[in-house]
Amino acid sequence: MRTRTAKPRTTRWKTLVGLVLTALMLFPVYWMVNVSFTRDTDLRRTPPYWFPVHGTVEGYRAVLRQQLPYLGTSLFIGLGTVALTLVLAAPAGYSLAKLRPRGGGVLSFLLLIAQMIPGVVMAMGFYATYLKLGVLNTAGGLIVADSTIAVPFAVLVYTAFMSGIPNDLLQAATVDGAGRVRTFWSVVLPVSRNATITVALFTFLWAWSDFIFASTLDQGGARAPITLGIYHYIGNNNQQWNAIMATAVVAAIPATVLLVVAQRYIAAGITAGAVKD
Amino acid sequence: MRSTPPPAPPRRHGPAGRWRVQAAAWGFCAPLAAYLFLFYAYPLYRNLDLSLRDYTVRSFVQGGAPFSGLANYRKVTSDPTFLPALGHTVLFTVASIAVQFGFGMALAVFFHRHFRLSTILRALFLVPWLLPLIVSASTWSWMLNSESGVVNSVLHGLGIAGVHWLTSPGWSLASVTLANIWIGIPFNLVILHSGLQAIPADINEAAALDGATGWQVFRFITFPLLRPVSAITLLLGLIYTLKVFDIIWVMTRGGPSDSSTTFATWSYRLGFGNLLPAFGPGAAVGNLLILVALVLGLLYIRVQHRQDAA
Repeated sequence: MRTRTAKPRTTRWKTLVGLVLTALMLFPVYWMVNVSFTRDTDLRRTPPYWFPVHGTVEGYRAVLRQQLPYLGTSLFIGLGTVALTLVLAAPAGYSLAKLRPRGGGVLSFLLLIAQMIPGVVMAMGFYATYLKLGVLNTAGGLIVADSTIAVPFAVLVYTAFMSGIPNDLLQAATVDGAGRVRTFWSVVLPVSRNATITVALFTFLWAWSDFIFASTLDQGGARAPITLGIYHYIGNNNQQWNAIMATAVVAAIPATVLLVVAQRYIAAGITAGAVKD
Repeated sequence: MRSTPPPAPPRRHGPAGRWRVQAAAWGFCAPLAAYLFLFYAYPLYRNLDLSLRDYTVRSFVQGGAPFSGLANYRKVTSDPTFLPALGHTVLFTVASIAVQFGFGMALAVFFHRHFRLSTILRALFLVPWLLPLIVSASTWSWMLNSESGVVNSVLHGLGIAGVHWLTSPGWSLASVTLANIWIGIPFNLVILHSGLQAIPADINEAAALDGATGWQVFRFITFPLLRPVSAITLLLGLIYTLKVFDIIWVMTRGGPSDSSTTFATWSYRLGFGNLLPAFGPGAAVGNLLILVALVLGLLYIRVQHRQDAA
């Protein structure tokens, strides 16, 4: 531990300030929850109720009635995007980190560049292509498009992580007679569990949150994802904000759950590539 | 990218062996290479093609649009929306990044020394960044609603006249910037915090023992040591912020009367926002945005290389 620890009085003061700052930062989130429980008649009340005093779950009933299929679609697309991203990124990360393919540097460079392309541009290119192929409004099309948000990040995370695997470990496997595929499957992949969790988590969140691909490649189908559900909700009846906020609360559940159960992977993912390890 | 020692070969490779190693290496990379070609290069090529031809809805579906060179780019740059959109993009980006970075840095320093609850509070700070953008954007829309929003209601309570946050041309850009800052603070906090953790504690302690005040330690020791991390944070922020579309589109659709239109929302509106799509000009605006992002991206790679070399 540190030689000089701060005095207990100072830390108590800091805890208090920290609580206030966090409360300020999270106020919009609280407000979203508060509005989601507000009765229709109280929505336009001034001043508003600061707590859901006459709380109602009417908003959530509306979500269950109208938004359930959207949630299902988002879940399916999220999981599909994770699967596609992992299948592409894990072997490539292994190769770039340990097998040193000729031209691997160019590939890494292209991946960095790929992360900088605005979603609007990709959406337009995909739209033109999908229209011709007739795969607009399909889950598969959306999975492929969503994966482009995650694949470059995923490969970079895997490469950075797998570079840290000791070569002795891989050699031991080779000496035992394992081929490269076996080594990858039964040594490299299990050891890279943390990288896989980080990648899967972010990929799922990004696919779940995607709006730009959903709104361009999946216009108004019955099986649209939840982000589009909210968007149409705002457009169609902008009076029922309790129902809109209830949908928003439900759409925020995956992020909240993942933050609670996997916080350290999230911090790892945000700093991946930004800070030298 | 990162320099790792090559794996020691288990035995000496002849030319055939070396070829086998390369084949295996590329075998593992091949799906990714094919993917990048099909789903990055090709859409980008399609986008470039869109911007260089004179498309109508009909020729968009059936093909055969005539090549028109840079006509779409000329059309876009002489459009009355061009200069305002450029200005808004710059303002939105610079204001977002400056404020996010300032708050992120202050919070990172605040959370640097462990205190009771610090870990859990820091985790809670991540929430805005993790929420789907459309969730944050719609929440802010309702909070900033002119008649029934909580923000105006609080202002009234303080005796200040309310503002038409999203529906007046003077405030719309500030409002979407505010929401974007809120979303970006956690990202800056996390990166700068981990940068701080990487600085050996005894450096700061030695300075403190020499009688330096907290501010002096930060100004002359911590901040300079944090420069590489700060540079990366700012550049990543720049690249992300240029692309921001969802928040602005959901909150204001770039309006009223283009007062919060940026290149990203303008490109989207041209291509998808109207009944009669203008794919050519939309793609042209998008490509201009790519150009800016690429310049910044190359800068990012240079900075990171310097950092890796150090």
